[in-house]
Amino acid sequence: MAIEIKMPALSPTMEEGTLAKWLVKEGDTVKSGDIMAEIETDKATMEFEAVDEGVIAKIIVAEGTDNVKVGTAIALLAEEGEDVASAAASGSRSGDAANAAPKNEPTDHNAPPMPEGAAAAEQESGTQKLVAAAEQEAPASPEIPEGTEMVKLTVREALRDAMAEEMRADDRVFVMGEEVAQYQGAYKVTQGLLDEFGDRRVIDTPITEYGFAGVGTGAAMGGLRPVIEFMTFNFAMQAIDHIINSAAKTNYMSGGQMRCPIVFRGPNGAASRVGAQHSQNYGPWYASVPGLIVIAPYDAADAKGLLKAAIRSEDPVVFLENELMYGRSFDVPKLDDFVLPIGKARIMREGKDVTLVSYSIGVGVALEAAEKLAAEGIDAEVIDLRTLRPLDTKTVLKSLAKTNRLVVVEEGWPTCSIASEITAVVMEEGFDDLDAPVLRVTNEDVPLPYAANLEKLALVDANKVVAAVKKVTYRG
Amino acid sequence: MFPTVAKAPSRTSEPPIPNRERPAEPQPFQATKEQLLDFYKQMLLIRRFEEKAGQLYGLGLIGGFCHLYIGQEAVAVGLQSALDGDKDSVITGYRDHGHMLAYGIDPKVIMAELTGRAAGISKGKGGSMHMFSTEHKFYGGHGIVGAQVSLGTGLAFGHKYSNDGGVCLAYFGDGAANQGQVYESFNMAELWKLPIIFVIENNQYAMGTAVNRASSEDQLYRRGESFRIPGIQVDGMDVLACRGAAEEALAWVRAGKGPVILEMKTYRYRGHSMSDPAKYRSREEVQGVRDKSDPIDHVKRLLEEQGVTEADLKGLEQDIRKTVNEAADFAEQTPEPDVAELYTEVLVERY
Repeated sequence: MAIEIKMPALSPTMEEGTLAKWLVKEGDTVKSGDIMAEIETDKATMEFEAVDEGVIAKIIVAEGTDNVKVGTAIALLAEEGEDVASAAASGSRSGDAANAAPKNEPTDHNAPPMPEGAAAAEQESGTQKLVAAAEQEAPASPEIPEGTEMVKLTVREALRDAMAEEMRADDRVFVMGEEVAQYQGAYKVTQGLLDEFGDRRVIDTPITEYGFAGVGTGAAMGGLRPVIEFMTFNFAMQAIDHIINSAAKTNYMSGGQMRCPIVFRGPNGAASRVGAQHSQNYGPWYASVPGLIVIAPYDAADAKGLLKAAIRSEDPVVFLENELMYGRSFDVPKLDDFVLPIGKARIMREGKDVTLVSYSIGVGVALEAAEKLAAEGIDAEVIDLRTLRPLDTKTVLKSLAKTNRLVVVEEGWPTCSIASEITAVVMEEGFDDLDAPVLRVTNEDVPLPYAANLEKLALVDANKVVAAVKKVTYRG
Repeated sequence: MFPTVAKAPSRTSEPPIPNRERPAEPQPFQATKEQLLDFYKQMLLIRRFEEKAGQLYGLGLIGGFCHLYIGQEAVAVGLQSALDGDKDSVITGYRDHGHMLAYGIDPKVIMAELTGRAAGISKGKGGSMHMFSTEHKFYGGHGIVGAQVSLGTGLAFGHKYSNDGGVCLAYFGDGAANQGQVYESFNMAELWKLPIIFVIENNQYAMGTAVNRASSEDQLYRRGESFRIPGIQVDGMDVLACRGAAEEALAWVRAGKGPVILEMKTYRYRGHSMSDPAKYRSREEVQGVRDKSDPIDHVKRLLEEQGVTEADLKGLEQDIRKTVNEAADFAEQTPEPDVAELYTEVLVERY
């Protein structure tokens, strides 16, 4: 029986890639550890190593093929003693025939184990569902002039462009963090910045979050405009003292004398199958701190327009990105200087029966739920908060006054969450508009489990939103 | 130096890696009579100011935490007198009154901050531990032990980034010297050759814990060795030694050779804060230091040797007392912040 060699997943979030180059040909003998092919993703090129020994009986997917799904059979391997021709012709057994040997594995310093190709393809995890929900295309921001030309950009590119544009405009702006320069960013968000701006302004740090968060904060106090990248916000726990005690309180404590215009940015929230310590939404933590601005964009246009605004702000900003969204493409207006206002929510979809409030990757879930609800005759309005502090409660309350029902969708824990805060605001200021209790649809109140089935159960999804909406609309 | 307190360092011990360039052994500063008088006035102002602050605290006019600088005056005065006020920056922890006074900042606005008044340098919203003067490039006044070391490294990063020729003087205590972020900062400062002088004000006690009860290497000037940062131990009770060490350190840093550590061996006469009963040391220990090593008495003797009369010094003392009393009266009488100030300056911009 020939062994099927399958397209590997080379990172926790990879779903497909380009088979850039075959380094073996049909008839070649390979042994464990031989490099067989080069695989490209949007983040990196990696080498693909053989695990089993045998002869390449057939190459199924030619080099240069784009969008090869993880788990697709790309070649057949005849085992020792097996006839190559018949192996190529015959069926095959599915095997863990190959594994990935990452050359430029873009991940964090606690690298999660590689999911095997077959496993990644067969299991549908909760985060995969989140990503699927984020396929929902948003309407253009109301801030974009009509007739503006749009270009498709990934969230990753949009963030990079925002930093590059602000760095071109203002020499005080610099980027500092782990792997931001030579490595081009652990998640490739800073790709190309070192080449354009040099190592004076794009600075690799040691693994020393507390230290470099303090260095950035001190530099901001001294008059510069640092953009501090955390490889993920999970690691910013090491640095939270400077974000809160040093950066957020400076202006107030000094009676307005000393400012701290700094941006702390990086991926936040659940990533794919990386377990509890790498999967947490810190939005509610930072949003509880006076003196901070907290932004959590959903799509690429917002990522760009809001990051530019964050860098220009005189106040310290926590800018929460989402790793699962980095590779998603959206329309971004082609404007010389596209800056969005901080603190303004956006109506993603108009509706009259119920208001769904969300932010970051949760917006995709809310939009997917709205589609499902539409099929059942329920017309949901979807609000993307965009900024978590200050909260645009006006937009939420105005929508509530129209729909009289509200569900908050949050990829994060329920307790002391943004959802809790919205609920409190609605109780205090929108009570008379409520025809049903506000419901929170959030992740489960547990550390995020690793197992695919448990992860799926733990994370928010559109079906849970649909169920909550049916409750508040009394159509269950 | 303090037989009952500190283990006297062996000044003749070989540096751990002798083949690496090190700053020269600092020489005591040769002060003119005017300079000496100026040091005396500044130190005496800090001493009298702090005594008055202690008094106002006892009267309930100053609240919260209040950390006095009494005994350590020579450090701030000696070091800061060597700085270029137009370029260099200073940052410190919460024991910050002396560092501000050494800049010549009006004692009235400092005392008014201690009493929480609108006229205080932070409009009464910062308090004793959170005072700043960006005009003097004094960046605080920070309440979290050790935070100012990373922040100061960031100020030094800014000096280098802007190529403004400035050096940052970052003060911290023997207690903060055990914080992890201090070493994270040492690493980056040397790696990037940042213009910073790390000043460890070793007053022998981290709150109530003696240095050698908390530090495996209690010769703190050696704490930079594994980062290749040279350290110098300095008699922090001698303002001329402090100034001499600052000159040497500044020459090293301004030459682009990276950071340097100054361990200032000093002593605080009062408790860690006003609420510290100081049971961890004896009255005799404190009295012994006061009698033998007081930094102000030391300069007073030098002045007398230079022919300054008792009457001249008395006149100076009276002027300083008057200044401090005026500051205290002002701090007591000037109004509290307007209640509307509660909500201002949380953010700079409106969103």
